[in-house]
Amino acid sequence: MDIQAELIEMIDDLFMEDISDIMDEDLYNAGILDSMGTVELIVAMEEKFGIKVPVSELGRDDWNTGNKIVAGIKGLKNA
Amino acid sequence: MMQGLIQWLQSIPNWQPYGEPKYFAWLLAFLIPIVVAMFFGRRLKIYQSLVSLGFIVVMYTGASYHQLFALVAYVVWQTIIVFAYHAYRKEHDTFPVFAGAVFLAILPLIFVKVTPAINDGNNSLLGFLGISYLTFRSVAMIMEMRDGVLKEIKLSTFLRFMLFMPTISSGPIDRYRRFEEDYDNVPDREEYLNLIEKAVWYLMLGFFYKYVLAYFFGTILLVPLKAQALAIGGFLNWPTIGVMYAYGFDLFFDFAGYSMFAVAISYLMGIKIPMNFNQPFKSPNIKDFWNRWHISLSFWFRDFVFMRIVFVLVKNKIFKNRNVTSSVAYILNMLIMGFWHGEYWYYIAYGLLHGLAMVVNDAWIRKKKKVNKERRLAGKGPLPSNKWTKALGIVVTFQFVMITFLLFSGFLDQLWFHNIK
Repeated sequence: MDIQAELIEMIDDLFMEDISDIMDEDLYNAGILDSMGTVELIVAMEEKFGIKVPVSELGRDDWNTGNKIVAGIKGLKNA
Repeated sequence: MMQGLIQWLQSIPNWQPYGEPKYFAWLLAFLIPIVVAMFFGRRLKIYQSLVSLGFIVVMYTGASYHQLFALVAYVVWQTIIVFAYHAYRKEHDTFPVFAGAVFLAILPLIFVKVTPAINDGNNSLLGFLGISYLTFRSVAMIMEMRDGVLKEIKLSTFLRFMLFMPTISSGPIDRYRRFEEDYDNVPDREEYLNLIEKAVWYLMLGFFYKYVLAYFFGTILLVPLKAQALAIGGFLNWPTIGVMYAYGFDLFFDFAGYSMFAVAISYLMGIKIPMNFNQPFKSPNIKDFWNRWHISLSFWFRDFVFMRIVFVLVKNKIFKNRNVTSSVAYILNMLIMGFWHGEYWYYIAYGLLHGLAMVVNDAWIRKKKKVNKERRLAGKGPLPSNKWTKALGIVVTFQFVMITFLLFSGFLDQLWFHNIK
């Protein structure tokens, strides 16, 4: 499974929301992510992808859509 | 020589930030060269620093001269901790050292907050106006260094950030990386004109808020209402209800007015400091209220307290249920905010009530989701959500907030426990 599919599944598991059609939508404005959900997602991503996502990095500007999160994960995996 | 310095400091009149019209006249006069240079695309770094220092010194002169010594000692202390941790973090990353650095950074503030509670209301000699807001800035830096997102820091920028004159006494609380980017770049002319326009508007609105509305609610209404309420005494009486609303509006207009001055002066210096208030009394629920009230503080707590607590709880799987996790984190977060305000029962009760309100808020959202799901399965439409339900939410939130502000004001403490009729 590629990262995008895994992320979609992860968000579905955590928050019972399907974001596959709204990969460019702001997840905070859509009411899918909040500060609590952000941390849950960070912990899940750490376990799944073996990356360390800084809590202060998953801000509301740069990691706020499905596609941006996928790009972020790829960036951290290659770092 | 020390004696001479103290005498000299005592002889200089004390000027509180944005305290009187004369302050604005002098401040704006000194800002003219900065504004003109900024208009031509240059930042007068040295001149700006000297003007800032001058206005900082007069905050602590006269009778409060010892605060100036406390400020200097405090800044030296924070500089050592932040730069020592920065040097350490380049090579290593362990939790105990990180926790130790945060603890040492908060230590002076703890002393200052605890001293009056255990020393008959006397203030600590380590205290000075603005110590909380400087602490928020340095602690955030240590946390961001631990996260690995703040890598390079410069001593000169650090000092300018910590001692940024427009916001030194009460915020808004800026972040180092944001500040540095603004400071190292000069806004282009169009953007700067836009900032000036906003600054002028905020200055006028700030005057109206602080010197008209806050004066009306906080002096003309509040003072006689308090006297009436105390004269009647008892557990609760009508004038106390009046105190509640008068104090709540006074608190808002006074602090929002001050914040507008701070933002306006920052804009004139080409620093786009974050806004602190966004029509908080229009919030339809308590979580939204904290996105609109003292925003830079509540976001600081969200990023550096709430999310860290949740991280530890989720990572170590302390609670199976995520609703328990978020509830515990909300209550701890708001309790810590209560303790930060001061070690008095009414501040802590204020924090606890807001934490509980957020738990209730979340429970209600879950309940609504669940009911709507069941209704959908049963072929029925969702629960009503329209301007009337929103209006109801605004009214309920507003009343709750006003009640907690009455508690926060300390007036109930006076009415119930210290009412000498």
